[in-house]
Amino acid sequence: MALAIALILLVVGSLIFHFLSPWYFTPLASNWELIDFTVSITFVVTGIVFVIANLFMAYCVIRYRHRPGQKADYEPENAKLEWWLTIITSLGVAAMLAPGLAVWGDFVTVPDEAAEFEVIGQQWHWSYRFPGEDQQFGNVDIRHITEDNAFGMDPADPAGQDDVLVASPIVHLPVGQPMRAWLRSKDVLHNFAVPQFRVKMDLVPGHVSYTWFTPTVVGEYEILCEELCGMAHFAMRGRVVIDERDEFENWLSQQPTYSELETQTVDPMLGQASYGLCAACHGQQGEGMQALNAPRIAGLDNRYLERQLKYYRDGVRGTHDLDTAGAMMRPILAALPDEAAIRNVAAYIETLTTESPITSVTGNVIRGKQLYENCASCHGENGQGIWAMNAPAIAGQHDWYLVSQLKNFREGIRGSHRMDLYGDQMMMLADVLQQDGDIDDVVAYLNTLSTN
Amino acid sequence: MAFVALADRDDDAHSHDPDTFITKYIWSQDHKVIAIQYAITAISVGLVALVLSLLFRLQLGFPDSFSLVDPTEYYQYVTMHGMIMVVYLLTALFLGGFGNYLIPLMCGSRDMVFPYLNMLSFWVYLLSVIVLMASFFVPGGPTGAGWTLYPPQAISEGTPGVDGGILLMILSLAIFIVAFTMGGLNYVTTVLQARARGMTLMRMPLAIWGIFVATILGLLAFPALLVAAIMMMLDHVVGTSFFMPEMLSMGTANEYGGGSPILFQHLFWFFGHPEVYIVALPAFGIVSDVLSVHARKNIFGYRMMVWAIVAIGALSFVVWAHHMYVSGMNPYFGFFFATTTLIIAVPTALKVYNWILTLWRGDLHLTVPMLFAIGFIFTFIHGGLTGLFLGNVTVDLPLSDTYFVIGHFHMVMGVSPVLVVFAAIYHWFPKITGRMFHSGLGKAHFWLTLLGTYSIYLPMHYLGILGLPRRYFAYGDTDFIPESAHAMNAGITIAALLVAAAQCLFFINVIWSLTKGKKAEANPWRAASLEWQTPDTPPKHGNWGAELPQVYRWPYDYSVPGASEDFIPQNVPDAYASTKDDK
Repeated sequence: MALAIALILLVVGSLIFHFLSPWYFTPLASNWELIDFTVSITFVVTGIVFVIANLFMAYCVIRYRHRPGQKADYEPENAKLEWWLTIITSLGVAAMLAPGLAVWGDFVTVPDEAAEFEVIGQQWHWSYRFPGEDQQFGNVDIRHITEDNAFGMDPADPAGQDDVLVASPIVHLPVGQPMRAWLRSKDVLHNFAVPQFRVKMDLVPGHVSYTWFTPTVVGEYEILCEELCGMAHFAMRGRVVIDERDEFENWLSQQPTYSELETQTVDPMLGQASYGLCAACHGQQGEGMQALNAPRIAGLDNRYLERQLKYYRDGVRGTHDLDTAGAMMRPILAALPDEAAIRNVAAYIETLTTESPITSVTGNVIRGKQLYENCASCHGENGQGIWAMNAPAIAGQHDWYLVSQLKNFREGIRGSHRMDLYGDQMMMLADVLQQDGDIDDVVAYLNTLSTN
Repeated sequence: MAFVALADRDDDAHSHDPDTFITKYIWSQDHKVIAIQYAITAISVGLVALVLSLLFRLQLGFPDSFSLVDPTEYYQYVTMHGMIMVVYLLTALFLGGFGNYLIPLMCGSRDMVFPYLNMLSFWVYLLSVIVLMASFFVPGGPTGAGWTLYPPQAISEGTPGVDGGILLMILSLAIFIVAFTMGGLNYVTTVLQARARGMTLMRMPLAIWGIFVATILGLLAFPALLVAAIMMMLDHVVGTSFFMPEMLSMGTANEYGGGSPILFQHLFWFFGHPEVYIVALPAFGIVSDVLSVHARKNIFGYRMMVWAIVAIGALSFVVWAHHMYVSGMNPYFGFFFATTTLIIAVPTALKVYNWILTLWRGDLHLTVPMLFAIGFIFTFIHGGLTGLFLGNVTVDLPLSDTYFVIGHFHMVMGVSPVLVVFAAIYHWFPKITGRMFHSGLGKAHFWLTLLGTYSIYLPMHYLGILGLPRRYFAYGDTDFIPESAHAMNAGITIAALLVAAAQCLFFINVIWSLTKGKKAEANPWRAASLEWQTPDTPPKHGNWGAELPQVYRWPYDYSVPGASEDFIPQNVPDAYASTKDDK
């Protein structure tokens, strides 16, 4: 009897849970209302079967539970009943399958008026490419990828010259425009998923896949990787911003084309002139100075430096209330009038060399080494930094600075700005170091890398 | 005189009873001892996987409170949990454990046809488990590639355990497949060749049908995994490019070129989908028998049930790519695989109807095994129905790779088969040990397990519909995930801890009952199938004493009109089946 009551309660409870659950589809922001419709049909059909089958079972448990003198029926089979059940089941299955296949037909057929863009996945970042004015993508190849050609563009292909390259996790798309997303991976499997769009598809290295959707609601949506792609899979985030058409065009026109990037000039000597201002805190050789909270910057990857300088300029970094040290950088950026000036000074800083700093942090190096496994995938086994992972060198950095930045990331003092998705990734990973002891251990291990 | 296998020998004069402790309990060739060895090993390694799941559930439920696992360990534990549960626990337990114990007893043979091979099968299985466990102790730890082991990431930098862990995983799987093949050939041959006189195929209990067809599936499916494992091993060790395209690894182009990651997925799921039924079909069969015995009623639609098992088994080989709708394969495959997948729902639904119709007009004894069996019907209905979401290609789009998938497959191939495992252990415990278990503890175990697991997995479906991706170490600040979803995750973790704790009741019950349990009668459930008609309880070596049984009827003669008892054992001839008139 308890069993029958439990079965009834489980059925009723499941229904209540279904109807009262605060967790259901995010509001739809694409053309795929038909997908939601097929889900609803499936809920209705399966819901009816769930209720009837279990309540009938509960009835059987009540009605036919053993009582003295009771005897079961002897009925090996009942062909008529079995046929009816087969037919009804087949009809129910068909009622779900038919709309499913019809909508799938829409999914595999990209409309002719669809515009194209490309989503590129890599461990653990997104980037994007638009075909440019000629509406044609240039060839790409893994073999062409270098620090200066992260997209692997074929320099000889004329179709690629006007391709717009978005080396950022944030992409904009126009509302109301059907978009075919070509999906390409530089390394392992990834999956391009935006819950509000409903569709998703894997990115497969050595292969180009696709999906399509029409964004229908202006707004910002998270892009998630939904195919396990290694240690930092969970932190591979991007964002798609759905704009009105002219805002989108405006954004697109600000993104560099391949040929613009190719012809960009960098002059470290010009950067040296600007560097005078930096030297006041960071030192002539970029060695850093603890008294002024200035980290060592000598030899850091120029792209990383450019990104941070722009972050300071745009208020993405150094604007958190508690980031007093970062705030000091912001007025300095006024002295770097344009992108070229930032590029030049970053290139100059990259050429600087200096001695390894003196260490002061101590901790459990063995445990630190273990924790560092989680960092090594981006920053390198020796903390040397890997440009392709957008990860700066951390070996050789002042340990007091590493401690302060890890704490800042963990507390969201750095990396919580909406435009700082690289910083967001560090926030998620710094969260692993929940005790201050954890941070000391990792930094103590990094000290051993610096001195080697 | 022609050689007659022990399994078929009519008298046991030539069977050499094992006489030393070692030949009896360690290097034993007795199928019953091997079954118990298999079961103990499988359950032990399953407990390891259970503990791993608790560790990563604590991280998921309370990301800011426990620092028990870091991302590297999280992916390692998730991977090992999945692989152990699917292959090393469930496959080994259903086929190596229950298959070994039940086939000779329910078919009426003295042992497996190849007892030595059977013994070897267990020891090779144990070796595969040891190799797998060894990966916890190599530098870099076990692989964190996910239990699906998809290349390129399974063998690329950036994935935990890429040095030794993945190699040991592949090696262990290869060894497991060798062990399974030795056991599997044995089970199939025994079923086909060594049944008692009169035991026609259509008089076999459904438990045997389920185990038999599942074993055939395994023999056809595991080779696909084996070749995939060997090819991936070659890619990793020798540098071939079966699955490896040209790609970046830590920022530099690797040496590979031209391989197809999707080819691996096809091979993996050509194994992986039948694998679901390798676990499910024995569960279907066993639960049919348990329901019938405790409902005192024949299983409804026996012939339909047999054909459904065969049809599901056959269809399971043409649905594999429903795991790959969003894999980047040619999307036109979706039409075919969605259709075959939803067709498989029909025979599966019929099995569910027939289980429920077996209860209808029955005489239900709500014993502990019966509770677990009915609990199974509930969880299987739930898991089967959510399968219709994921199998239907369009509906799968928003749900694929979310917590909906986790909820679905844990209901259908985690909770459901495990409930059958418990039903089966409680059901056959008296025959295996000669003791009765403690009924009260068993009932408490049932209630906590059923209600606990449902409160773990029901909410997961809704978190999945919301869009929570699976295989995330942490969610960070994600706009569309409300605070309530994080609270639910904490609730799920608490339920998981409770369910895990409740399993202690089972182990206490088994250990207590082995020594203190009431002595069991030979046939305490008054069951009709052959294993309950052995001359000794527990059955001795050779099972049947002086003479092999002769079978006269199917195993479901319960509540036959006119019979004096409410069951007629399979080995009772019509002429001797006492009727009320005799009295």
